[in-house]
Amino acid sequence: MKKRTFLLTGVAAAALASGAFADGHAPVKVGFIYVGPIGDGGWTYEHNKGRLAVEEHFGDKVETVFQENVPEGADAERAMTQMALQGADLIFTTSFGYMDPTIAVAAKFPDVKFEHATGYKRADNVSTYSARFYEGRAIQGHIAGNMTKTNKIGYIASFPIPEVIRGINSAYLHAKKVNPDVEFSIVWAYTWFDPAKEADAAKALIENGADVILQHTDSTAPQAAAADAGNVVTFGQASDMGEYAPFPRVSSIIDDWAPYYIQRVQAVMDGTWESVDTWDGIGPGMVGIGEITDAVPADVKAEAEAMRDAIGAGEYHPFTGPINKQDGSVWLAAGETASDGDLAGMSFYIEGLTGEIPN
Amino acid sequence: MIRLEKRPTPSQTWAYLTPLVAVVATMIAGGILFAFLDKDPVVAIRTIFWDPIFGEFAFYYRGQLLVKAGPLILIAIGLSLGFKAGIWNIGAEGQYIMGAIFGAAVGLAFYPMEARWLIFPLMILAGAFGGFLWAMIPGILKTRFNTNEILVSLLLVYVAESILASMSLGLLRNPEGAGFPGSRNLRQYESAANNELIAGWGMHWGVVAAFIAVIFAYILLSRHIMGFNIRLTGESPRAARFAGVNPNRLILFCLGLSGALAGLAGMFEVAGPAGQISIDFNVGYGFTAIIVAFLGRLHPIGILLAGMLMALTYIGGEAAQASLGLPAAAIQAFQGMLLFFLLAFDVLTNFRVRFGREAAV
Repeated sequence: MKKRTFLLTGVAAAALASGAFADGHAPVKVGFIYVGPIGDGGWTYEHNKGRLAVEEHFGDKVETVFQENVPEGADAERAMTQMALQGADLIFTTSFGYMDPTIAVAAKFPDVKFEHATGYKRADNVSTYSARFYEGRAIQGHIAGNMTKTNKIGYIASFPIPEVIRGINSAYLHAKKVNPDVEFSIVWAYTWFDPAKEADAAKALIENGADVILQHTDSTAPQAAAADAGNVVTFGQASDMGEYAPFPRVSSIIDDWAPYYIQRVQAVMDGTWESVDTWDGIGPGMVGIGEITDAVPADVKAEAEAMRDAIGAGEYHPFTGPINKQDGSVWLAAGETASDGDLAGMSFYIEGLTGEIPN
Repeated sequence: MIRLEKRPTPSQTWAYLTPLVAVVATMIAGGILFAFLDKDPVVAIRTIFWDPIFGEFAFYYRGQLLVKAGPLILIAIGLSLGFKAGIWNIGAEGQYIMGAIFGAAVGLAFYPMEARWLIFPLMILAGAFGGFLWAMIPGILKTRFNTNEILVSLLLVYVAESILASMSLGLLRNPEGAGFPGSRNLRQYESAANNELIAGWGMHWGVVAAFIAVIFAYILLSRHIMGFNIRLTGESPRAARFAGVNPNRLILFCLGLSGALAGLAGMFEVAGPAGQISIDFNVGYGFTAIIVAFLGRLHPIGILLAGMLMALTYIGGEAAQASLGLPAAAIQAFQGMLLFFLLAFDVLTNFRVRFGREAAV
């Protein structure tokens, strides 16, 4: 790997002077930057579980620090710089909006390793990692299409970025397969975590007749709204949200970052860390499917579990053609599967979805 | 029964001392809070108030204090003029967003042409204009139709946020961003970048503008007839009218100026520390500036100090989170206490607490 020096500022120079890089005796210091509170019960909660798993796995050999509720932008840059200054060897920045700040701070601290979740910009000391959540969405879509009686499925989307659009497409594709009459209503909440907004969105969708709510936001507010309504099905997002099982939460997508975090910390300890782009799914265990409860009919449950196993084994790709784009043009021919490049930058709906992606 | 009795002549000394007393009270109450969270209160308070200025990494934090205080001071100065005259612009956050959008849009329109002497000044003008324009909406609605500027300016914040989201996803989206929202990074575009003037010092043009605004406001209020009119209107609108002050013009002046300054703050932020237009670009400077304005007693020098203090609680609070493991909510509660104590001591400055029944008058 090419060795670059970015002695751009006095900050970097001083950081190098005070840098406490692992010398085999001092614990490896691992920092985490969180976009939400660790008690959000969803996205940040799972990243924090990954942090705790690192602590448990390595014991005295690691020291972890974290900062929660870090806004995406200038404040994130400061939070990362602070951790780097205080001697962090490896910093996980766990939200898409930290992309440019991560790259900027990484350039000033060439000896600190950075891992940015869900982004696409890398450097010699910046890796990216993400999970194939769309694999879980396929299973959700299958259950949702079977469970809906009104044929209306509500979808609380966060931001119109490829990751979210992939999820919508995957869920719709598999709901439509088992229920050709199914319709998706998509609400863009423009937040990852805002219980009040999420609850409003869920209530509005339920009032409009949706009896299944899928969410790409991190709080349990939609679960609570569904529980109040009584007959609405939901799925845990990012975390199991098991407190709402067996109903309204009938299953969930669980992000399990622990194995990845442990593996990367180990790489830093061994001195084998390299900049990589990781995108793992159900197979390697980064995406987990939470228990499918008995509220789901037994045959549907069995099909869903079979799909989970097939995806995990690499026998089935959720985006297998024929699939057309929303405008009717061909995206994937029969039998063709989507390339990772197509998926990574996905910015279109597939055929049958109504409405437009906001822009 | 406890009741409050208005003091006939509130002490001038106390009016200036209350912010200091509030800070001390916050430290004590905050220390107790941290103690309950099993953290050493002395260490926690030192991490928040002392380490960013004098600690091991002060060379970095001092600059960051300026980065954080700059927009707060710039916005608060504008707001304070209106507040003095009883004109309540609560929507500086929206004007801040619009300034950023206008400024960034002008910069991006020229991309990739390099001509800093032309592009950067144009962006500054556009930023100020964007904020001015957004503040003129409540201004004109108030002077024409007598609407309430508090409500109109506040609700326009949410409109501005929607425009911001739309801009990051549509018009201003980075065409090379692989479909992700957010504009090009202005910091990587030489002609539009508002970088630090001296690397590591935190001082960028927005901070310079904030200091100029402080001096400008000080002169305006103490030497200029407009400053006299503002103070007179605030203290006695009737007397002001007799003195020939045109209330409509004053409303437009105060709202327009505070909007322009908020817009400037937004522009400097988007071209500098933030770097790009994104959905989450605004982080509440426009609202925090209201606290800064009052914490600084609506006085330019006071606002300068209050802005620095507020920045210190942010920076130190973040440091305490990372190094002591204090939860973010505890830091927010700590900042909330500051405003709470300030308001509480203000009440005690202006009112006397009486126990027992009301005496016969």
